[in-house]
Amino acid sequence: MVPFTYLEPASLDEALALLAQHGGEAKLIAGGTGLVNLMKQRLARPAFVIGLRALQPLAGISENGGLKIGALATLQSLATSETIRRTAPLLAEACGHVATVRVRSMATLGGAMAHADPNLDTPPALMALDAQIVARSHRGERAIPVEKLFTGYYQTVLESDEIVTEIRVPAQPAGSGTVFLKFLPATQDDYATVSVAARVTLDRNGNIADARVALGAAAMVPVRATAVETVLRGKPADDRNLGEAAALVRDAVDPIEDFRGSAEYKRKMAVVHVRRALAAAAGNAKRAL
Amino acid sequence: MRTIKLTLNDTAVTREVEDSRLLVEFLREDLKLTGTKESCGVGVCGACTVLIDGKPISSCLALAVHADGCAVTTIEGIAEGDRLHPLQQAFLDHGGFQCGICTPGQILAAKALLDAKPHPTRAEIQEWMMGNLCRCTGYYKIIESIAAAAGAE
Repeated sequence: MVPFTYLEPASLDEALALLAQHGGEAKLIAGGTGLVNLMKQRLARPAFVIGLRALQPLAGISENGGLKIGALATLQSLATSETIRRTAPLLAEACGHVATVRVRSMATLGGAMAHADPNLDTPPALMALDAQIVARSHRGERAIPVEKLFTGYYQTVLESDEIVTEIRVPAQPAGSGTVFLKFLPATQDDYATVSVAARVTLDRNGNIADARVALGAAAMVPVRATAVETVLRGKPADDRNLGEAAALVRDAVDPIEDFRGSAEYKRKMAVVHVRRALAAAAGNAKRAL
Repeated sequence: MRTIKLTLNDTAVTREVEDSRLLVEFLREDLKLTGTKESCGVGVCGACTVLIDGKPISSCLALAVHADGCAVTTIEGIAEGDRLHPLQQAFLDHGGFQCGICTPGQILAAKALLDAKPHPTRAEIQEWMMGNLCRCTGYYKIIESIAAAAGAE
C-alpha cells in the first residue's frame, strides 16, 4: 500500500480549505472502493488522502419536487430508499445492480461521479434522468449536468480543488416510464458488458413525446444516444419504431474490446439492449398514463 | 499515525495505526484476530467480510482509520461464550463449509442479512450472498445453512 497522510476534516469548509492547500497532491476518499484499489495497484499515489466520512450533512436525501441527494449517500441506501424507489426508480435500480452488497455499503454516488470509470452503472441512469451534480471549491459552487461531467477514462471536468457535494434529479415528466438493463453474460457481480438506462415519455395519445437513452460500458465515457432519442419523438411506441431507433445506437457507441467481449459483440448487444430497454420503458410509461 | 477508537465485538479498543493501514491488516496482524481472511485483495471475493455498524464491507478495501468511532464485528465476535451463533450452528449442521477459508465472510454476510431481515426468501438469500465466493461447496449448502438458520423453507 502506498504511504500517505490521512486528513479527516470535520466540515465541508475545512475539507475545501485542505483541498485548496494541498491541490494536486491530495485525493478525496468517501467509501474508498475506488481509491483504495487504485492505490493498491499504485495507479494513484497521493501524498494526502482527505476523508469525507465525517461530513454527514452530505449523506442525506431530500425531496421537493425533484430530489437532492447528498454526495455521500451510499449506493445501498439509494437502492433501498423508499423515496428513491418511488420518485426515481431508475436510479434505485441502477444502484442495486452495482457489484455486491459490500461495495454498495461503502461506495457513494458522489464518489462514482468523481471516479468516472466508464463501466459504472450510475452515470447512465443519472443521464437518463437529466440529473446534475453540484461541485464546490473554496472559489464557489457550480452545477454540472451529468452528461457534461465525463471527459475521458477516469477523467471529469472537476478541478483538483472541487468536491462533489450533491446530485440533483429534477422532477420527472408526467407519463414517463424508465428501465435500467445491465447485460452481464458472465458473472453477476461484474461491470456491465453493456448497460442501458432508458426513459420514455408518452403523450395522451400514447405516442412518444420524449425519450432518453444512455449507455454505460459502451465507450470511454457514458454515452447519451441522442440520435435514437430524436428519431423517436412523435412516433407510436411500437416494435418497428423502437427497433429502427435502437439500430441507430451502433454508431453512437465506441466499445473497447476486452474479456467481456469484442467491440463488434458489444455494439450488437448495445442495439439489442436499447431495443429491449425502450420497449420496457414504454411499457412502464403506458402504466403511468 | 493516528489513534483510533472503535467498538470491536462489543469491546472498546484503542490503538495507534498507520494512516495507510488497511482494516484487514489491522484486524489480523495488529489485533491477532485471524478469523477474517484475505484472499483476492481487491474486494471481489468476500473472504475479508466484516461488519461495520452492522453493514457488510470488504475489510481489504477499508482503511483502518475508517473504523474510528464505529462498531466492528468479526467472526470472533458472534458466538456468546460457548454458545455458537445460530448461523454457525446451521453451517455445522448442514455442511455449509469445506476448507473454511470463505466461511467467516459467508457467515458475517449472512448475519447482516438476517439481522435486518430475519425471514428472507431463498431468492433474497441468494441475491444478498451473491458476492461471497466459494471454491469448494458449489454454494448449495451455504444457502441451505442460511435458510435453515432463518427458518425459511
